[in-house]
Amino acid sequence: MANVAWPKEGDRKIIGSRIPRQDGAVKVTGAAKYSYDVNRPDMLWGKLVTSPKAHAELVAVDTSIASALPGVKAVWVDEELLGEELRYVGQVVACVAAESEEVAIEAAEKVKLQLKVLEHQVVDNDPSLSTGRPSNREEGNLDEGFAGADVVVEGQYGIPVITHCCLEPHGQVTEMKDGELHVWPSTQNVSRYSNQFGDEIEIPQNKIHVDTQYMGGGFGSKFNIDKWGIIGAKLSIETGRPVKIMLDRREELMIAGNRPSGFAKIKVGLQQDGLISAVDAEVWGSGGQGAFRAPPIPYVFTKVPNTRLVGKGIRTHRGSVRAWRAPNHPQGCLLTMSAVDDAAAALGMDSLEFFMRNAALTDRPEVYREELQIAANIIGYRQKAHARGDSGPGPVKRGLGVAIHTWGGRGHPSECDVTINSDGSVEAKIGSQDLGTGTRTCIAMVVAETLGLPYEAITVHLGRNSYPASGASGGSTTIGGISVSARRAATDALNDLLRTVAGRLGTTDEKLEASGGHVHRIDQAGGGVSWKEACSMLGPNSITKRGINNPGESQQEGLISAGVGGVQIADVSVDVETGVVTMNEMVAVQDCGLIINMKLAESQVYGSLIMGITYALYEESIYDKKTGIMLNPDMEFYRLAGIKDVGQLKVHMMTGKGFDERGIIGLGEPPVIAPGAAISNAVANACGVRVPNLPLTPERVIAALQKGGDIA
Amino acid sequence: MSTNHNSSDESGVSRRGFLKGIGVGTATGVLSDSSLHEAKAAEPGVKGPGETAIILRINGENKQLNVEPRVTLLDALRNRLDLTGPKKVCDRGTCGACTVLLDGDPIYACSVLAIEVQGRDITTVEGLGSPDQMNAVQKAFVERDAQQCGFCTPGFVTACSAFVRDNPNASVDDVCNGLGGNLCRCGTYAGMVLAASDAAKEKGGA
Ligand code: FES
Ligand code: FES
Repeated sequence: MANVAWPKEGDRKIIGSRIPRQDGAVKVTGAAKYSYDVNRPDMLWGKLVTSPKAHAELVAVDTSIASALPGVKAVWVDEELLGEELRYVGQVVACVAAESEEVAIEAAEKVKLQLKVLEHQVVDNDPSLSTGRPSNREEGNLDEGFAGADVVVEGQYGIPVITHCCLEPHGQVTEMKDGELHVWPSTQNVSRYSNQFGDEIEIPQNKIHVDTQYMGGGFGSKFNIDKWGIIGAKLSIETGRPVKIMLDRREELMIAGNRPSGFAKIKVGLQQDGLISAVDAEVWGSGGQGAFRAPPIPYVFTKVPNTRLVGKGIRTHRGSVRAWRAPNHPQGCLLTMSAVDDAAAALGMDSLEFFMRNAALTDRPEVYREELQIAANIIGYRQKAHARGDSGPGPVKRGLGVAIHTWGGRGHPSECDVTINSDGSVEAKIGSQDLGTGTRTCIAMVVAETLGLPYEAITVHLGRNSYPASGASGGSTTIGGISVSARRAATDALNDLLRTVAGRLGTTDEKLEASGGHVHRIDQAGGGVSWKEACSMLGPNSITKRGINNPGESQQEGLISAGVGGVQIADVSVDVETGVVTMNEMVAVQDCGLIINMKLAESQVYGSLIMGITYALYEESIYDKKTGIMLNPDMEFYRLAGIKDVGQLKVHMMTGKGFDERGIIGLGEPPVIAPGAAISNAVANACGVRVPNLPLTPERVIAALQKGGDIA
Repeated sequence: MSTNHNSSDESGVSRRGFLKGIGVGTATGVLSDSSLHEAKAAEPGVKGPGETAIILRINGENKQLNVEPRVTLLDALRNRLDLTGPKKVCDRGTCGACTVLLDGDPIYACSVLAIEVQGRDITTVEGLGSPDQMNAVQKAFVERDAQQCGFCTPGFVTACSAFVRDNPNASVDDVCNGLGGNLCRCGTYAGMVLAASDAAKEKGGA
């Protein structure tokens, strides 16, 4: 009989190994069809018409010229917006469907919007612009906390709005066929996509088919059907033709993802021994047209006895906030870790030593201390460390910076079907999606491990809403959800098979197991019957079992858990003459419970470091105060790090005792949280002054040096 | 995908087609503009703005298609020929997702017109290998997990294939320079450096 508990270390054949991803070959050869790549016969191209103004009343929409263009098949206008306010540049007003992409673009330009321009406000870093009542959270006694402190340091820090910049933009292909709607969206949320049409269209959910086999990045921005999803469906219904609407790069950067900014004035009190006694933070920022929530400060050091956090939201005429990997955590981390590291420097305490001490103020002191130790060893911290600004002669200063982070990552509700066929073939079906995290691969590994089969023997079907429902891929919840539902389904299916085989082998199912491609008595590994032979005993019937992950139950059983920690140390060089920051090396030490695929887990962490380096050094959505438009909605001026910009990266995953037995925990968010803080601290250590705001561009570095630097 | 735009004849563009093509503008600016273009259109060999038939040699095969002159090579490949390996990301020569080989050299397919590359050898990622028969770079990308969402991957694989062909035994620094024209959002550079180095070694026989 198979048991659902994860196999112990030493008993694992596949889980934890470094198997290359299952869909690697189709991706590297261009054979993988992403939503953007879906071309349907007779397909039309949709092109959005969007507001050119940050704030205006929509008086009228004139589609006459656009509609008359040869090749234009339909123009949809959002009638509900007539007479209403448009609140950001890029707000969708209309959409043209035409025979070719070129004609659609040309026609969209010819849709005339009559606007009455209103006053706009796009500034998000001035607290005096905040509206509404500030949020306020206080714990302990601040006055006492600061009175008992030996060093009190106050500083101001900030992290701007950045955008997701998924390389595959948002959008979808829609098609009506025999009264049913087929959608190929670029989504992180296959199972809960069709319900989002609501009553916008008159097609029942059981006649909506969603299919996302490959998608080119979401990072939290692709949970929703979005206005263009509804428009696509409407245009397909109206024209009877498939319609492809994909955002162009400008739209993608303006309207399809905005991570809220966070700026803060923070006062930190430290005792002589380096322990944080008080943190007083006033934070402000903007989620554009969306809500602003104060990021957690003090971050990770949740046991600081005396704290206050005041949050002030600023409404701007800019696109709405969307979840961006680990919502609010990179902001909380940068703001907190900068402030406490400045305090440590004022006390004259080494950063590593400081974090070691203050690990006591976290939920998992032992884990952080161990991770700090490992990270320090990997990067050679003790050999390279120096006091802040004490970086020797010459214009290029080198420095180290430390930061720590935390995340939940408990598996989401998920259902999965596993079928064992009488010819021995096995398949898993699940309404999840593979964002590039390796979901397909991990499901195959879990099922293979459970059935004692090679990993290649398992076929995984995902990405369709006709499969058992599984949660949206966000918040590092997928790996826990899908692993458990697949494990439960495979275990139940196997036990059914064992019952069938038991009679033939003259034993009972409790005495049987499957391993090494055989079904055999538990005490006779290598004997028994081959997998194929065992399955042939099913006669004409296959076995299909559904596994369900109920997060609470699974956590109690130890299959999944929540709460991870990580430590990152950055080694940077700063040219104090040019202000250019160069990454030398960066190390990430991370725990995430039981790891299904070590290679893919490491890929997640490497990727997070790179994404983190990118927002630390380059990323910022820049809006012009006067015109209210985004100045860099393109990839020249909204810069992503290239292969030469990231330095040497080193990843260490915590495994074995103390970690594996926690069960599975998600990994997508945690390692992307700390890079900004670690790099900012490293720059401060190198050049002796804090560059208060990300991204750490040459201008900002020079400005900070001119203001506070005394570097010769 | 063909449009029902006014088709042009072999020798160039019809005046009627052109006027329609630029839209029903007003004022004299358009008129003087159009007379300018009309003069040009009279020159032999001038195409457009309607569709014109072209032949492209892609992955060793001649493909006949109709495109307007404004159609980029990338859009011709993706939208007319269903060769969707090359991806459209920035559409203006920044990210490299659209990389194809033109007579063996990597170029950004979003930044050349389809009509410009007739008679040249165009290789897309589909022409470099298939899932069952990957080239050395593709194999190395899989082995080193140099991909996550994979949307940038065809562009990188294409650029990298040309690079290791020309630079066997390339060092890590060389690889970083060679792949500096492509961008990845998921952050797969660590794997790419290893993959490219592996493939370069294999080419160099080292
Ligand atoms: S799409 Fe061509 S370079 Fe980005
Ligand atoms: S793998 Fe996603 S953009 Fe490179």
